[in-house]
Amino acid sequence: MSEDNIKLNKDKEVILKVKDLVKIYGENTVLDGISEEIYRGEVLVIIGPSGSGKSTFLRSLNLLETPTSGHIYFEGTDLTDKNTDLDLLRQKMGMVFQHFNLFPHMTILKNLTVAPMKLQNKSQKEAEAEAMKLLKRVGLSDRANDYPSQLSGGQKQRIAIVRSLAMGPDVMLFDEPTSALDPEMVGEVLEIMKELAKEGMTMVVVTHEMGFAREVANRVMFINEGKIGEQNTPEEFFEHPQNPRLKDFLSKVL
Amino acid sequence: MDNLLHDLYRNFIEGNRYNYILSGLGVTLKVTVFALLIGVIMGFLIAVVRSTFELNGQLKLLSLICKIYVTIIRGTPVVVQLLIIYFCVFAAVDISKTLVAIIAFGCNSAAYVSEIFRSGILSIDKGQFEAGRSLGFSYRQTMFTIIMPQAIKNVIPTLGNEFISLLKETSVAGYIALQDLTKAGDIIRSRTFDAFIPLFTVAAIYLIMVLILTKMVAVLERRLRVSERR
Repeated sequence: MSEDNIKLNKDKEVILKVKDLVKIYGENTVLDGISEEIYRGEVLVIIGPSGSGKSTFLRSLNLLETPTSGHIYFEGTDLTDKNTDLDLLRQKMGMVFQHFNLFPHMTILKNLTVAPMKLQNKSQKEAEAEAMKLLKRVGLSDRANDYPSQLSGGQKQRIAIVRSLAMGPDVMLFDEPTSALDPEMVGEVLEIMKELAKEGMTMVVVTHEMGFAREVANRVMFINEGKIGEQNTPEEFFEHPQNPRLKDFLSKVL
Repeated sequence: MDNLLHDLYRNFIEGNRYNYILSGLGVTLKVTVFALLIGVIMGFLIAVVRSTFELNGQLKLLSLICKIYVTIIRGTPVVVQLLIIYFCVFAAVDISKTLVAIIAFGCNSAAYVSEIFRSGILSIDKGQFEAGRSLGFSYRQTMFTIIMPQAIKNVIPTLGNEFISLLKETSVAGYIALQDLTKAGDIIRSRTFDAFIPLFTVAAIYLIMVLILTKMVAVLERRLRVSERR
């Protein structure tokens, strides 16, 4: 773990701890021994060139990618331990995908209630009441009985976010949540994410939205060639980058 | 005209020969329906085992056995399978021919149905699995709550075609002297020495059944599509 991180988060509680994370696909080392801590309540934004391993890093946090070696601790439990009930812990880790991945055969309401009802034994009434509250929050309560195919991309992504929230997660993982959206729909999704951040949700966000990183993140991390290249507060990160690869990257995207 | 009426009389009424057709039709329907049941249940299980291995790496041995089964069944003629089951597997057992035919066609159909289900499961976007797993569903829950309903909907038309070919395929049951619809026509032909009327009658009955099945599949398909108004 870097000294920068310790300075930024000295009194906070660790929620996710990554230790010596390595991921190798065939001959290709995607993650080259990353160790890092993520703290409760922080918004960590991860940026980097495509193929740098940033998505793989994020997807390793809830073990959608199985690490080749290394450990992931979530709230103190080792997710890579074979005896860990991974499904139970994943309930506490929401994930939002680039391509939304709503369930096309279910109504919007059902998309939100299926997991709480099946996994947390909530009654239909209770689950639906909570779902309606969430839908209201993202301004889509009138679409409860529609199917995902009837929604725009931005609407789908807002639904995907509240579908995860319906499980009451302790951390939310965002994998390029606005990359598949038409430009005019990016704003509505980022707005919801900003609100979540304000409420104190722990968020790990892989994105190309530098504006969002600057404005919302507590910490910005640059991943390059499977390693953490640099990380800092958004101000320092964007104003005074040290790593030459980061300087180069920023000069291209800003 | 008189000739035709006379021929019809000779082929179907005389000696109550229409009974061959009726009981043959009953046998054909019975074999098809029960073979279908076996085919769908077994095919579904085989598909679940094989796609679990392909998606998850589990059930390796079971999956290999299923793969070999499917390869053998699809690589040999159904008539040969029918004969083997009748004359080899159940050679020493007193068992009804109808039951033998049901088992033979059921096991045969299972191999084809399993491939249909399997391709249906594998055609579902990987993101659907990931979304299910990330919410905390187990592999099994994800499979049955999220993947299967979509996969089954996608394969209904193909499955319908498999049912239709199964119905026609049962016409080789005469090889073990089972008196199905085809055999009934053939028996009448051998009694009346008239090939034309009994065989065309049998063909027409098959055609009508196939048309009814086709219609039923189309209705079912439309109904399933309602939940995905595009």
